[in-house]
Amino acid sequence: MSVLTAPIDVEKIRAQFPVLHQLVNGKPLVYFDNAATNQKPQRVIDALTHYYQHDNANIHRGIHTLAERATKAYEATRLSMQNFIHARHSEEIIFTRGVTESINLVAASYGRTFLHAGDEVIISGLEHHSNIVPWQLICEERKARIKVIPVTESGELDLDAYRKLLTGKPKVVAVNHASNSLGTINPVKEIIKLAHEAGAVVLIDGAQASAHLPIDVQELDCDFYCISSHKMFGPTGTGILYGKRELLEKMPPYMGGGEMIKEVTFTKTTYNDLPYKFEAGTPNIGDVVALNEAVNFINELGKDNIVAYEHELLVYAVEKLSAIKGVKLIGTAKKKVSVQSFAIEGIHHFDIGQMLDTRGIAVRTGHHCTQPLMDRLGIEGTVRASFSVYNTKAEIDQLAEGVERIIKFLK
Amino acid sequence: MSINQIQDEIIGEFSLLDGDMEMTVFYIMELGQKLPAMREVDKTEDNVVKGCQSKVWLTARLENGGIVFEADSNTAITKGLVSLLVRIFNHQKPEAILNAELYFMNKIGMERFIGTQRSNGFAAMIKQMKLYAFAFKTQTELAR
Repeated sequence: MSVLTAPIDVEKIRAQFPVLHQLVNGKPLVYFDNAATNQKPQRVIDALTHYYQHDNANIHRGIHTLAERATKAYEATRLSMQNFIHARHSEEIIFTRGVTESINLVAASYGRTFLHAGDEVIISGLEHHSNIVPWQLICEERKARIKVIPVTESGELDLDAYRKLLTGKPKVVAVNHASNSLGTINPVKEIIKLAHEAGAVVLIDGAQASAHLPIDVQELDCDFYCISSHKMFGPTGTGILYGKRELLEKMPPYMGGGEMIKEVTFTKTTYNDLPYKFEAGTPNIGDVVALNEAVNFINELGKDNIVAYEHELLVYAVEKLSAIKGVKLIGTAKKKVSVQSFAIEGIHHFDIGQMLDTRGIAVRTGHHCTQPLMDRLGIEGTVRASFSVYNTKAEIDQLAEGVERIIKFLK
Repeated sequence: MSINQIQDEIIGEFSLLDGDMEMTVFYIMELGQKLPAMREVDKTEDNVVKGCQSKVWLTARLENGGIVFEADSNTAITKGLVSLLVRIFNHQKPEAILNAELYFMNKIGMERFIGTQRSNGFAAMIKQMKLYAFAFKTQTELAR
């Protein structure tokens, strides 16, 4: 549960992130690449080293003390993640390598079982490649078809077009909660409700939501929800798939190996119960254990406080960037997480990114793994500044100043 | 001037910037702006050296035993880097280009652009220039 505490004290938060306190190219680091991955507070780093220094053991089957400690710590994160997204049951939380693996798991396991020739899968024009390609792979295999919800000029989904697509009775709808390239927050509750009325199951890619938006999978009523640890202050290489228990029970295992079995003979193997059925092999124990501290970090700040503070940063960034002559904001949806893409006429985004880096400012440039979206907008790429709860308005001033210098030099 | 003499000359020019990264990048872009314009008809898909975020066009011809390169890029920084390569390699013999060891990048603080073929066409361009050199060398030897 998110706990409402005092509003954000950014200096106190920054003090917890050792990586932020360094010079890059002789200038204090300004880290605005949070949509790609955000930085880790000391407590997450400490949890990871503590695990390897004191508790490291293989989980679930060991009978010794360390194995018990490691298992307890690993399962504690499952409970934290259950609470974090308000899942009904802990066995609905499956640890994966992150969103990409979670989507691949659903596409392969659910898709192979329930998709048939001629069936339709709906995705949106705002999707990251990782919510496009797994569906293309399974649709090719099952002779199913992909339909795409179009995107408007401001970067919002065209819901009227979506309603029309639903008349084709799709089997699956897969969209993101928030767009990584543009920041658009999609009306996922409505999208899910409409999909269910049409008889489809819904997967939500929550990569850009986990650190920035409240998540309640029961209220949303989504069937699957995917999260990456590294985008919510946790370690890389882990994340979760949430799935409704009744659906996960109907799905065959995605990978075979240790842990996921009940009994193995050479003629027949019976599978373990949820969630272990989908956790073949030794999982990424240390990173899962450390993820728990990331959840604690977010809960202690309070999601509502984070949302309010980051919105303030976004509004400020929009104000500063749009005041610069020559800057074009890309992605102007009414509801957005703290991501702002932009372009400068006549200057390539690669040059802007490189020049900002010389001033210690880290942004991302390019197509952000959303090439179909870039095609839709008629651009090759953007410069993307994405903010986190440890960023400040003074840093946004530095970004604006850097952009102004580039324009002055190149024009 | 030999390839290494030109590299040393470039290192000398950049040393005046005192390792200031912003000034270094500004200077590189300024050099790019001075690169003789490439004919639009030469900017074909065949002449593209592709990187993930920037494009480079490159042509080469043999003139009096030396190779003449013409190049352009759609990004200002890559164009500047490309102009340095053109300055170093133009009118050099194919053999000299093939055997050249490029060390100026490290000395001017631009080593990050080497080996990051994914983000810019620069590393790919060096390879392409050497391929041209190899082709011209073989051609000349066969003609003998």
